[in-house]
Parts: sequence; structure tokens; C-alpha cells
Amino acid sequence: MITRRAFMRRVLQTISGAIGAAGVAAVAFRRRASANTKTSRWAFLVDTYKCVGCGFCVKACKLENDVPYEANVTRTWVERYILTKKGELLIDTPKGARDGFISSRVQLGKDTYREVKPDEIAKAFFVPKLCNQCENPPCVQVCPVGATYQTEDGVVLVDRKWCIGCGYCIMACPYGVRFFHPVYRVADKCNFCYHRISQGMKPACVEACPFGARLIGDLNNPDDPVTQYIMTQRVSVLKEDYGTKPQVYYVGLSKEVR
Amino acid sequence: MEVHGEVWTLKELFVYPNEYIYWSVQIVMYPFMTGLVAGAFVLSSLYHVFGIKQLREMARFSLVLSFALLLAAPLPLLFHLLQPTRAFNVFLTPHFTSAIAAFGIVFSGYMAIVASELWFVYRKHFVTQALLLREKRDKSLAESLLHLLYSVLTLGAYDISEEALRKDEQAIRWLAGIGIPVACFLHGYAGFIFGSVKANALWMTPLMPVIFIMSAVVSGIALCMLSYIVVMEARRRRVSGTFNSYQMTREQIRGVEQHEVTITARYLVFFMIFAISLELLDLVFREYTALKSWDILRRVIYGRDFLNIFILQYLVGNLVPFALLLLPRLTIRRAVVSLLLVLFGVFMMRWNVVIGGQAFSLSFSGFMHYHLPILPHDFDTFKEGALGAAVILVVPYVLFWLFGKILPVFEPEETH
Repeated sequence: MITRRAFMRRVLQTISGAIGAAGVAAVAFRRRASANTKTSRWAFLVDTYKCVGCGFCVKACKLENDVPYEANVTRTWVERYILTKKGELLIDTPKGARDGFISSRVQLGKDTYREVKPDEIAKAFFVPKLCNQCENPPCVQVCPVGATYQTEDGVVLVDRKWCIGCGYCIMACPYGVRFFHPVYRVADKCNFCYHRISQGMKPACVEACPFGARLIGDLNNPDDPVTQYIMTQRVSVLKEDYGTKPQVYYVGLSKEVR
Repeated sequence: MEVHGEVWTLKELFVYPNEYIYWSVQIVMYPFMTGLVAGAFVLSSLYHVFGIKQLREMARFSLVLSFALLLAAPLPLLFHLLQPTRAFNVFLTPHFTSAIAAFGIVFSGYMAIVASELWFVYRKHFVTQALLLREKRDKSLAESLLHLLYSVLTLGAYDISEEALRKDEQAIRWLAGIGIPVACFLHGYAGFIFGSVKANALWMTPLMPVIFIMSAVVSGIALCMLSYIVVMEARRRRVSGTFNSYQMTREQIRGVEQHEVTITARYLVFFMIFAISLELLDLVFREYTALKSWDILRRVIYGRDFLNIFILQYLVGNLVPFALLLLPRLTIRRAVVSLLLVLFGVFMMRWNVVIGGQAFSLSFSGFMHYHLPILPHDFDTFKEGALGAAVILVVPYVLFWLFGKILPVFEPEETH
């Protein structure tokens, strides 16, 4: 006859033994899994000197990634910076520059514009923006359900079936790359066209850029020309002081860039 | 195609294309509601834990009110979520690096504490009612249902001997004691949700949780006092002559009411001083250190939001009621005005944090204006508009009224 105390002891022993064994197995499996694969680390290189603000990248992105064409949200956009000779800084990105910058009018509000004459301009340039696929992504940190996560090759993705639409990730991103998808009503953002890069193709915006202003590369591959450029040339990143370690590298950023 | 948030956001100067006011009025309501919960609970604990006898009647009242508010507190979040049917995911796959993931645990833990405390407080009532109804013959349907309800509520514990009731009281003291830090945590972590967003220059400060707790206690006490006055006044009106079911005359009720209000007002003023000092400290510190973001914050705080912050929040919501409460010979009428203003002030504080934090672009080069949808034209503008917010304010009182049907919220002669 087994006593209640003995029975309970045996049950506890069995459970703790099982948990211990499972833990050891899991650690061993993880070690083997990470030792066997050599993954990529995707990074972007944007050469602002080459960008002319045509907006082909924005157009291509919207079409490729199923972001409604007329909706006022976009996974990538191009900003125009104009510094006048009087020291006035004007910045705009009408419709995310989907249709390119075809006018010398700078948009200052919903229906307010400012005409800028060529001889007023001290300097002007374009800056394409997209998700920085941060090494330390605040959006992933704050997602309460783990619906947004970082892949092994460094891209931050959103699980559309699990996102609860709280918007915390949108608030946490210092770059403003996230938005609510108007159709799926969940968080959405650039993912370097993960469906393409994981199949050996290039992102839609990279393909669409006629001037080679946007390039993608694998930082874990030392022979990749993008990696070589980032390693050997002077590049910078956006908003470094947030500690997010962004992985979109820029050539020719200016202090005016936001 | 309209993007979520586009309808109530007006952009000015340079704002990133995806930026909208995504956290709108329901995110103002959420900390406002949890603040009321925490404050009401702290008030009730002042009696149970610290034995402040003067607050005895207020204590049971605020405990019940706290529970009603607690049940309604997750509603603003549900109204805010774009996928409310997936709200349960927070419990299924909590991602613990997120401040929101703790919600399920903290909330259910706190709910368990308040519910158990409430049970111990009213256990004797449940038992006596259940026994009374059990004895009764020819019960009507309502009475049978009530009997069933009370029997379930006793949880099978029918022992109401002196010894058992003494143990109940001990349990209440323990629960109220544990409840204070948990209530502060529940609300402090609501402050942490904002304070830890490093991308937002206005929100990011370690003072945020403490500021939230202090203003929570202020708003909770104010709401309890206000609801208490309303209920007592209604009771006084119903009393005719000298004999009544409450065994109290109008004058006696007035006397009790006046006494409770005067005492509680002191605690309110005390917590108000803390809340205001912390908020001002935060402002002074930002101004003095003048980091990169101060340039845009200054334009929001002293420019665009000046009316909301300095006139509505600090002057109307803090300074005026503060003076009204401190002036000698506090009357009920003056108390009511001050309490309404205090509640308004705390609401404006939440508003200025949540909406004010989105009044400027992450680019620090543009602004966003929020237009609260008053008349809804679709479901989004209903639930994230004035009507949705009104629903949130009404629900706890409906619950409170329901609780009042089965619990003796005001029984001055009974002790526990």
C-alpha cells in the first residue's frame, strides 16, 4: 500500500525529471541548429547622392507589397530637403513621393504649399527611407504578443494572423516606418521584400531604382560589394542615439536629415 | 482608401508619411480608468490597513466602486485594438519584454485580490441572506434566484461565528495590505508603458510611473468622494420624518456625510501636492536640460497645448480645486465643485500625455492635431470617439448599481 505522501513525492520526482531532460535536449538541439547554419545578415545601402526623387521605388514597393496605392501610408518613401539661402529648412514628401517630385512647390500642410524658386536654394537633396531592420529593434521589444519578431538573418517581420493591432510597435519605432495596414488592420512595415530576398531576388525598390541609389547586401558575406563598401567607406545611419543599431547605411547624409 | 487614424489627424509642416495619431481617446481613458481603480482601492485600504477609523464608511463604498471600475478597465483597450477578437493572445503568448504583456497577469492578480477582499467583507451578509431565504417558504422566482445567487456567493462557507469573522477581518487586512503595492504596480506600469517609449520625447521619463500613481490616487479619491456625496444626498432626499429604513434622520446623514468628506478631502490635498510637484519637476527638468527634443516640446507645451496644459490642467484642474479644498469650512457644495475639477484635471493630464505626446512628429519638424470624432460615421469613429469614451464612463456605474442590488454598500451600523 502506497501512502499519499510517497505517491506525491514520486509524482513530483517524475515531473521534475521530465522537465530536466527536456531542458537538456532543447539546449543540445539549439546548439546543433545554430552550429550547422551560416545565415545571412541583410543590410541596405542608400546613396543619397544618386537619388533624384523619381519615386519609382515607392511605386514598385506599393505594387509589390500589396499596400493600397491610394492609401496615405507606405513602406518606403523619399524625403526632399531644401535649404534656402536665408537658412530656411523645407522638408516634404507628398504621398511619400509615390509620384516623384515633379513640382517646385513644397508641401507644408494638408493644403498649404510654398513655391521655391531655383535661385533661392542653397542646397537640396533627396533621402529615401525604409525600415532599418534594427539589430536592437524597439518594435520587437514592445510587441505584447510576439507577433513581430526578428528572423535569424536580421529582418523584422510581422505575423498578420497574430497581431492584435494595439499600435505599441508603431509608437516605439523612432523612424516612423510602421503603420496600420488599411485592409488587414494590423501593423505593417518594410521587410526588405523578405519573400524576394529569401528566394535569391532583390527587393522591388532596388530593382526599380534606375540610378542604383538603393542596394541590398549580406553583411555576413565579406565578398558582397555592399558589405565591402560599408566596411571600407564612410557611411552613417539614422538616429543612432536611440541605440537601435539600424542596418540601413547611408552615403551622403547631411545634418538636416531627420 | 482611408488609413486608421487619418480621419482625426491633421498634419502640419514635415511629418513622416506613416505618422498619425494612432493612440487616441481610448488610450486616454485607459490610464484614467485604471487610475480610478487604484485610487479607490488605496482609499479603502487606508481604513483596512492603517486603521484610519474616520474613513470606515468610505472604505466599503470605495472597495465596491473599485471593483466595478476594475471590471470596466479593460474595455478601453478592447475599443482601441484593431483586432479586438485577438485580445486573448496577450494571455496565450505573452511576450514579456513588452510592458503591455504584463497586463494579463497584473490585471488578473489584482482582480483576484479585490474580489477576495470583497468576499471577506461581505461574507457575513451572503450567509445571513442565504440562510434567511432558505428558511422562507413559497419563494417567488426572484427570491429563488436570489437564494441561489447568495448560496453560490457563500462558496459553502457558512460559519459566521465570532471566531470565523475575526479571521475574516484578518484576511481583509492582509489582502488590503498586499493590494496597495499591487494597485500601485497596476497603475505604475500603465505609466511605464508610456515612460519607456524611447522614441517619444515627451513620454520618455522615469518619473512617468510615479506621476501616474500619484495622479491615480488623486483621481480615485476624488471619484470616491464624489460618488459618495451623490449617493448620500440621494439617501437624504428619500428619508422622510424621523423613522426610516436607515434608522437615521436627515440631519444625521448630513452630519456623517460632512464628516467623511472633510476628512477625506485632507488626504486628497495631500496626494495632490505630490502629484503636482512631480509633474512640475518633470517640466523644469526638461526645460533646464534642454535636450535636442526640447525645441519641439517647447513649442508644443508653451504654444499649441498651452490652453490644455496650463489653463485646463494646471489652473482649472489643480490650482482652483486646491484652493477651494483648503479654504476653511468646506461645504458639500464646494467639495462637489472641487472634486469635479480635480477629476477633470486628472483627465486633462492623461489627455496631455497621450495626445500631447503625439502632437509633434518623430521628425521634430512638424505637428499633428487631434480632432476627437464627436458624431460617428463608422465603427472606428464610434469606438474611438466621444461616444466610445462616454460608454466607458457609464459602464462602471451600471456595474456599481448592479452590485448595490446584492451588496449592502451603505450599512453604517454593521461592523466588520
